Amino acid sequence: MSAPTTTVGISDEVRELANQEYQYGFSTDLETEVAPRGLSEDIIRLISAKKNEPEWLLDWRLKAYRHWTTLTPPTWQHVSYGPVDYQDIIYYADPRPKKTVASMDEVDPELREMFDKLGISLGEQERLSGVAVDAIVDSVSVATTFKDKLAAVGVIFCSFSEAVQEHPELVRRYLGTVVPYNDNFFACLNSAVFTDGSFCYIPKGVHCPMELSTYFRINAVDTGQFERTLIIAEDAAYVSYLEGCTAPVRDKNQLHAAVVELVALDDAQIKYSTVQNWYPGDADGNGGVYNFVTKRGMASGKNAKISWTQVETGSAITWKYPGVVLKGDNSVGEFYSVALTARRQQADTGSKMVHIGKNTKSTIISKAISAGHGQNTYRGLVDIRHSAVGARNFTQCDSLLIGKDSGAHTLPYIDVKNQTGQVEHEASTSKIGEEQLLYCRQRGIPEEEAVSMIVNGFCREVFKMLPMEFAVEAQKLLTVSLEGSVG
Amino acid sequence: MLHIKELHASIDSKEILRGVNLDLKPGEVHAIMGPNGSGKSTLASVLIGRDGYDVSGSVTYEGQDLLALSPEERAAAGVFLAFQHPVEIPGVGNMYFMRTALNSLRRQRGQEELDAVDFLALAQERMKLVEMDQTFMSRSVNEGFSGGEKKRNEILQMAILEPKLAILDETDSGLDIDALRVVASGVNALRSEGRTMLVITHHQRLLDYIVPDFVHVMAAGQIVHSGDKDLALELEANGYAGLTPGSARVGATA
Ligand SMILES: Nc1ncnc2c1ncn2[C@@H]1O[C@H](COP(=O)(O)OP(=O)(O)OP(=O)(O)O)[C@@H](O)[C@H]1O
Ligand SMILES: [Mg+2]
Repeated sequence: MSAPTTTVGISDEVRELANQEYQYGFSTDLETEVAPRGLSEDIIRLISAKKNEPEWLLDWRLKAYRHWTTLTPPTWQHVSYGPVDYQDIIYYADPRPKKTVASMDEVDPELREMFDKLGISLGEQERLSGVAVDAIVDSVSVATTFKDKLAAVGVIFCSFSEAVQEHPELVRRYLGTVVPYNDNFFACLNSAVFTDGSFCYIPKGVHCPMELSTYFRINAVDTGQFERTLIIAEDAAYVSYLEGCTAPVRDKNQLHAAVVELVALDDAQIKYSTVQNWYPGDADGNGGVYNFVTKRGMASGKNAKISWTQVETGSAITWKYPGVVLKGDNSVGEFYSVALTARRQQADTGSKMVHIGKNTKSTIISKAISAGHGQNTYRGLVDIRHSAVGARNFTQCDSLLIGKDSGAHTLPYIDVKNQTGQVEHEASTSKIGEEQLLYCRQRGIPEEEAVSMIVNGFCREVFKMLPMEFAVEAQKLLTVSLEGSVG
Repeated sequence: MLHIKELHASIDSKEILRGVNLDLKPGEVHAIMGPNGSGKSTLASVLIGRDGYDVSGSVTYEGQDLLALSPEERAAAGVFLAFQHPVEIPGVGNMYFMRTALNSLRRQRGQEELDAVDFLALAQERMKLVEMDQTFMSRSVNEGFSGGEKKRNEILQMAILEPKLAILDETDSGLDIDALRVVASGVNALRSEGRTMLVITHHQRLLDYIVPDFVHVMAAGQIVHSGDKDLALELEANGYAGLTPGSARVGATA
């Protein structure tokens, strides 16, 4: 099967001014192989064939696609945006040169340079940082580091496509078990067209010896990114996984509809951290990424623990509710979130905790910051089922408003079907204190620095959950994102 | 060093300061007393550049127009206020806050910044002045501090930032006897030729420890009386009764 190949020149479309404002707004002139625009069974067959997938996976994609055609996009979110033309999106873009790379040092120099600009090293030096990286550009995983060292302890960390080739039995056993193909509009779309993502498998009893990390980057024009991540921690296994995201500055909106599934068996622990900095659009709300993501963990075994930590500063629109299904007795779910909306960004985000097992426990800490014309909605669901004897939830939602045009909303949904359940909810909304600002300025701290200091303080509970390097990065991001939002 | 002339300030067209005149020379300590609501804190607020007032009149500080500067520029010029009600800043470490403040001042003055190690040494030395425990430095700024601890923390900041003009707004309120003595001796240790102080208080007792060069009485937005330290004793005995704008001055002039 052949697909038309185009070289995409893009630099001209990038507005210089916007480029300065968004640090990661460069684009790279990579030779990219792209599929024609639009979505059809043929495109799905093309993607599946390109990836040399087994029959069962193609069937699964087609089943999702057929179901998707019967769905309409959800409208209940507290965000507004124009209709997305799903036929105007490119569903597959491969930035790799034709030749296959045998080692990291052979990675396309332009691509390496792009990752260098992002501060991510794919070369040998990354040994210093002790973080294994899977780098995904547009739809394709371009490099995974530290594979050998991980393999020595039985950890599998590779791109999703590779997992389909090398470990089809694992993929087949778990794919769609946490987020079924028909879960929601965007998850369904993802199931039909997902192109790549990361795959991690931590065998029984193994404490993963390093942080695993994936960097996602949308580079090509008009491409959607539909990655799929699957992490499995077997009995008593432990893994900490980080994802970072950036995209170049584009006038047009880009769609990012990812699915992440986590499975934790008995006594296993998964810690999943996200620093999301997709391009947020300009001050007037032009461009930016639509970040419509489904993330869910299944704490299926007893004493299993899944924690989500997210710092969301980017995207024009963020729409995601990382959740945990607490199926195993005594299992634990946690959600720590910082969501910042500035300019004309909109975020509707929160968490979903479903308590099924006995003595299950969940914690939700959400910090929402709105500046400029940013709108931030916390939407959460705590669902305590009949079987969940002794379940407990603690939810705390704090909102901080900067300026008079920003907004914050809190929409907690609580459904308790077992009367032994305990649900505690605390919420607060504060304007960034004039008093606090004056106090800082009186001590000599300039206004912008004072705002960023106060905001970082407000988020500290969440930042301390992040691995060290990410916490530093998150603080910097917050500072950059707030620039120009005061005064 | 500070000349306040016919200073008026109003908020929402309510006039609070109604023509304040005051002259402070380098190294002097001036106390301001006066009934609740007379405008003492408002004067402090206007001097540090709090937003929201309609201000007229003039304030000259070391030859420059103080009212034209932003709050952080005033701080860099050496103006410091120990707040009557210090605010809490959750999640921001006290030590980090003070180092950031000192380094912001130093940056604005073109001086080299202090690294964490040098700052720690400085902070530890100054903490002795106010007998403050190291544990306060790792807590968030003023968060959960008792009233008295907040006041000590203000004086600690003054000791670290070394201002030229220090305004203390009711730093003695809420302090127990021992704390009062500690804070006062901290303030006295910081008295120097190059440092002018404006001490707002309701209690003559404080002035037993921090002996002022001049005492002023503020009433209804004006300085209605000025005198030496004995004026405070008179006020203690007789109260503010009869002291209204335009009434006769008692005691020595400032
Ligand atoms: N933002 C404001 N809006 C309206 N009135 C105000 C405002 N701020 C201060 N005032 C009024 O101005 C007057 C002076 O207040 P200020 O705080 O300066 O008094 P003070 O002399 O410091 O009193 P105290 O001894 O009780 O501390 C008071 O009547 C107060 O209510
Ligand atoms: Mg007062």
